[in-house]
Amino acid sequence: MTEVAWGVEAWSEVRASLDSCIKCTVCETACPVAAVTELFPGPKTVGPQAERFRSGGHSPDLSVDYCSGCGICSRVCPQGVRIAELNSRARSELKRERGAPLRDQLVARPGLLGRAGRPVAPLFNWAMANSLVRWAGERTLGIHRRAPVPRATTRTFSYWVGHHSGPKSARRVVYFHGCSTQWYEPHVGRKVTAILEHNGYQVVIPKQGCCGLPLQSNGLFPAARKAVTRLARQLVTGDASNLPVISSSTSCGLMLKREAREILGADSQELRSVSARTYDIFEFLLELHQRGELRTDFKPVPLTVAYHAPCQQQNQLIGKPALEILRLIPGLSLVELDRSCCGIAGTYGVKREKYDIAMRVGEPLFADIHSEGPDLVACDSETCRWQISAATGANSVHPLEILHRAYGGS
Amino acid sequence: MGTDAVVLGAGTAGMVAALRMAAAGASVLVLAEGEGGLPLAPAQIDVLGYRPQLVLDPLGELAGFLESRPDHPYRLVDQGEVAASLDWFLELAAPLGYTGSPRLNRLQPTAIGALRPTCLVPETMAAGDLSGGGSVLVVGLRGFRDFHAPLLAENLALAHPPSGAEVRARAVEVSLLGDPRDLRPQLLARSLEERAVLAELGREIRSRLEQEEVVAVPAVLGLERSREVWRGLQELVGRPVFEIPTPPPSQPGQRLQQHLFRALRRLGGEVRLGARATGYRAAGDRLAAVRVMTAARDVEIPADHFVLATGGIGTGGITAGPDGELREEVFGALVSRGGAPDQPLVEYMATQPLDRLGVEVDAQQRPLGRGGEALFENLWAAGAALAGAEPWREKSGEGISLATGFRAAGLAGEARA
Repeated sequence: MTEVAWGVEAWSEVRASLDSCIKCTVCETACPVAAVTELFPGPKTVGPQAERFRSGGHSPDLSVDYCSGCGICSRVCPQGVRIAELNSRARSELKRERGAPLRDQLVARPGLLGRAGRPVAPLFNWAMANSLVRWAGERTLGIHRRAPVPRATTRTFSYWVGHHSGPKSARRVVYFHGCSTQWYEPHVGRKVTAILEHNGYQVVIPKQGCCGLPLQSNGLFPAARKAVTRLARQLVTGDASNLPVISSSTSCGLMLKREAREILGADSQELRSVSARTYDIFEFLLELHQRGELRTDFKPVPLTVAYHAPCQQQNQLIGKPALEILRLIPGLSLVELDRSCCGIAGTYGVKREKYDIAMRVGEPLFADIHSEGPDLVACDSETCRWQISAATGANSVHPLEILHRAYGGS
Repeated sequence: MGTDAVVLGAGTAGMVAALRMAAAGASVLVLAEGEGGLPLAPAQIDVLGYRPQLVLDPLGELAGFLESRPDHPYRLVDQGEVAASLDWFLELAAPLGYTGSPRLNRLQPTAIGALRPTCLVPETMAAGDLSGGGSVLVVGLRGFRDFHAPLLAENLALAHPPSGAEVRARAVEVSLLGDPRDLRPQLLARSLEERAVLAELGREIRSRLEQEEVVAVPAVLGLERSREVWRGLQELVGRPVFEIPTPPPSQPGQRLQQHLFRALRRLGGEVRLGARATGYRAAGDRLAAVRVMTAARDVEIPADHFVLATGGIGTGGITAGPDGELREEVFGALVSRGGAPDQPLVEYMATQPLDRLGVEVDAQQRPLGRGGEALFENLWAAGAALAGAEPWREKSGEGISLATGFRAAGLAGEARA
């Protein structure tokens, strides 16, 4: 196994990668934001090029705030420069210098909105669909009136967990469900649990908080570090300290796998341990399948599904395991959408000043969805699903919902 | 379910090997630390341009060239197979309208107005062969700093094609997109896919056109719909139009890369970027798997056949340590100077010790170990990873990558049969 660096050493490696930049501009050609707006001059320009002006806690300009953090630049860089990670740090320095608006503080805490919405979910959902309320929200907070927002639910996922008793098994996994499953899409968590149990696993679901990703992408690093360190502690509770940790929220899984280490510079024994054994749900299922252990008692699913691999899923560098698993399902007609980014990038596209940029970034994807006209769009990331549905009107689901259906679930 | 072939490197050589193997029915996974040279290069296919005198018939002059350069990677591929690889590419790249013949070099202008020998070009550059002279209107775009039309036109007028014909050139600069201070090529390319912007460019050019036979524009005529944009502009202008490649980033290069990536996906293959190979597992004489870093840990990817197309020292396939030790990064294959001198030379532009650096291979393109034996029977090397070439001087880069990538796939196919 290749050892990965933690703490100061992890950041030093990221920082030192700057030296490898040969200014080839590959990242600038691949950047979906620079392609649609002049407000963002490109990852190389604001990163490896502007970094030299960032000594002594001074940011030369605001352009790095227009980086969406999709991470495509780091993935395409032939020299291994951690461009997105460097720019994420620069963005947090900018926020530290100039302060983060209340809006950023709010959207960075999905649990806050979820907690507020839960007791009054119908009212909350009505308000979020009300144009006057949304207009006011745009004027006062700067959340774009047409930006996708999740629907609140009265029953959280942990409520369901409290009433669920799954089969006991010697084969156990920990499920890291994330905030979206907890507050907005508890059905995703129920289906993950059902799929894992169907494959003979006992699913351990500890009480857990936010991974800190939205805090990180809004530049609020100290709070993000605290969140991810606490989460790691929660995930190793009890006798679950050596089990695989399964994530169904692809960007939150990436937080545990790499971003906490490379971007936040967070470090703890629990985090190191959890990080090394975190799996994307489909990465885990594909490994089962490769060992001949995945149950394939599939019922036909006579649907046309268009699959979009979100940026943070691609940044896990595990290929597209969801596609490989869905291909096993009889009757399913699967279309691979070959576009890089839907634009939303977590909370980027909900902001008043960035909404239009995000929509332009997603345009090619939306056009493909319109021309394919699928029954469903499948995508591993919740915010991308919300963006896709809001922009195209298509029904979007997590690919595991299709797998769940193939296993006979409803 | 399993992967038949793993290709390391997503540049021309890697993609060619991957595509040929996938077309033969193999399931192929391309792993690369990042994108290769494709999005930076002009997307013109060089085969052989100088030996050192100007080459007019690349295929015909290959044997003579190899006599003076016995260590050159072209020695690995016979002339028929070089031709076959180019024919195969022409068919593969037909949707981009590639044109040309390996028996005749074209002379296409560069961004500073030099005439450069190259072999195959996309349709959008086809009218740019100035071997027989011509009169050119060079159109610059204000605010686009990578294309200086007056400099280009002035140099072009000084160019002397061997035919003795005259090249006349005149520069104009037009404003587009409200004349911003700094126009980036990808934004220009995307904007020109909009009908209104293209119409504006067409009007501007037409109003400035005099007696010129052809119109040269920077290579920013669209990304996804370049042929449409190019045809549209030609209609608006009423003369043949051709693109001149700009310094990186290259829109034609991105078009070609996108085309190759998509072609592989259609054949069921996959390109996985951001994945650094960290090591391998051997089983006797065979390579069993490569190890690749994911976001959290490295994983093993087993396959039957492997192609090493990670490039040379410029792309990190080969590295030089502080002590001067040269190392091929994944397998520790034998690195050689490919016949270059072992001491630095003081003459201007002379070949230097590291100029031809690369991996040493046997006649079957299999990388050698330190002991001079093939490392593995199922690992082949291709492209800029190979020792012995100076593509920037010879204008041979794409030809080497095509021929050796094509052959690597052929050798893997034979081993499979």
